[in-house]
Amino acid sequence: MGRYAIRRSLTLVPVLLGVSVLVFSFIHLIPGDPALTMLGERATPEKVAEVRTRLGLDRPIWQQYLLYVGNALHGDLGVSIVRGDPVASDLLRRFPATVELAVAAIAVAIALGIPIGVASAVWRNSLLDSLARLGALTGVSMPIFWLGLVLAWFFGVQLRILPTGFRLASGTTFVPWTNFVVIDALLQRDWAALADALRHLILPAVALATIPLAVIARMTRASMLEVLSREYIRTAEAKGLSRRVVILRHALRNALLPVLTVIGLQIGRLLAGAILTETIFSWPGIGLWVYESIESRDYAIVQGVSLFIAVIVVGVNLITDVLYAAVDPRIKYE
Amino acid sequence: MMATYQATVERGVVAAGDRSRSPASAAWRRLVASPAARAGLIMVVAFVVLALVTPLVHVYDARTDANLGLRLKPPTAAHPFGTDSLGRDILVRILHATRVSLGLAISAVAVAAVLGSAIGFLAGYLRGRVDLVAMFCMDIVLAFPATLLAIAIVAMIGPGLRNSLFAISLVSIPAYARLSRSSVLALREQEFVLAAQGLGGSAGRVLASHIVPNSLPPLIVQTTLSIAFAILEAAALGFLGLGAQPPTPEWGAMLADSYKYFTSGAWWVFCFPGAAIMLSVLGFNLLGDGLRDALDPRLGPS
Repeated sequence: MGRYAIRRSLTLVPVLLGVSVLVFSFIHLIPGDPALTMLGERATPEKVAEVRTRLGLDRPIWQQYLLYVGNALHGDLGVSIVRGDPVASDLLRRFPATVELAVAAIAVAIALGIPIGVASAVWRNSLLDSLARLGALTGVSMPIFWLGLVLAWFFGVQLRILPTGFRLASGTTFVPWTNFVVIDALLQRDWAALADALRHLILPAVALATIPLAVIARMTRASMLEVLSREYIRTAEAKGLSRRVVILRHALRNALLPVLTVIGLQIGRLLAGAILTETIFSWPGIGLWVYESIESRDYAIVQGVSLFIAVIVVGVNLITDVLYAAVDPRIKYE
Repeated sequence: MMATYQATVERGVVAAGDRSRSPASAAWRRLVASPAARAGLIMVVAFVVLALVTPLVHVYDARTDANLGLRLKPPTAAHPFGTDSLGRDILVRILHATRVSLGLAISAVAVAAVLGSAIGFLAGYLRGRVDLVAMFCMDIVLAFPATLLAIAIVAMIGPGLRNSLFAISLVSIPAYARLSRSSVLALREQEFVLAAQGLGGSAGRVLASHIVPNSLPPLIVQTTLSIAFAILEAAALGFLGLGAQPPTPEWGAMLADSYKYFTSGAWWVFCFPGAAIMLSVLGFNLLGDGLRDALDPRLGPS
């Protein structure tokens, strides 16, 4: 197990190198002179030359790459061309907002997706199953930013019961310590602020949860059906165990393994989906930041966030694989 | 799609269990027997027909027919889906956008299918260094969430339909490469492939006449699912202002425009374009699921 974890981790090195090459090459995908594109047509030649030197664009390409990777390893993701702030520190400051949103979304997806999937498998081909399957397929077919718009319009504009943007009501006296607003409200025992933060979290979290919810429900259903057809389930039923025990203890525990993998695979989609959800709900995380940076051609930010998310995805995949091997004794890795 | 499958079957490479019926027609019967697949097929055909027929009907001009006197008007008989922020007819814009969005998604997937399957077939057949390098490149693309990579690439190379097509194709390639590679790895040990090799068939010939035709069913399923995904990607790029540029009508870009007005209660501006995206994607997804069941009778209906 330990040896597998180490060997599996070593396979990350070439992938991370490849990822860094791809992200590095982004800047060279910009047609024409990147420095000129970033600064706009009216920039003075001196300013353009200065930015070129700062970005290292006047050096041979392999030196540029080594510089980029060296800096990234030291936690330096470059500097925002518009505001002059270091990308890495802004990224860490904004990331908690995205984490809070993504955790809420995945919690909603798991809390609803697994029971729906189990019920769907247990009452296979019932009306409930058909509705759940159609719902899941509709869920993966929906553009989440559209769902976000519809939710914001219905609950925010028509019913006026939920806020449609930002993380706290304007004019609040609550001052969060960090960017984890919900956790800070809990720690400060400020219940009014907690309720306010949760109210702001509901709509974006539900919008972002749709796709993972649908995927988890489908996977749980398929996995449960597979397990329920096994012989040990029949044995358990023949022993006279109650249906509840057979389904929840015998079947569900074993059926959850593939679901775990699927949940791991959703993390990347959630972070990418955050770009669209945060844009709709003015949620000040890294997604909204990417959107703003694209508009202002702040390429260092787009590069930095892409690299950051790719590293997270690769890391989560590693953890999922190792967990899978740890949880399932039947799996032996060569 | 069925025609290609039929052609490969007639060459006799897929063992027909029932002599009176070709596997393709059997698969077709299984497909239309499922209500969900039938619904998907009808939705896909309807959208494709709309895309083809729209330019023939000219009621309003989707790009230029602005009428500032009729800004953001709710649905009426003259404008069944209402008008947008420039007073343009939303129904006409959605119909024209069908051409743009479906055209973008289908062409991006076509490019990805050809390139991705070629990479996978070659990697799986030649193995060794080619396989290693090709699959390593695919792993790197897969390290990024597809939507993020597509957004980042278009943000760099610049907005527009052609650049969106490039980015969506690129992120759709790995699925094809992996799928075709695993088909080759399974097929290359089969006796009829070994026999063809033993008879002196060249690599190209064995691939073209034995391996590729037998790998088609999963690739056909992947194509419908990829198109569904590509429509969503295209809409996301359009929404972020990276896809079709104004005044070209495109579903995602129409949503981006409507986004500024949803607080005013103008629901028709965003409801209809979003519903068009959802219905077209749902159609392709239903069809894809149906095709998976129909083309692989061993799996049985799930």
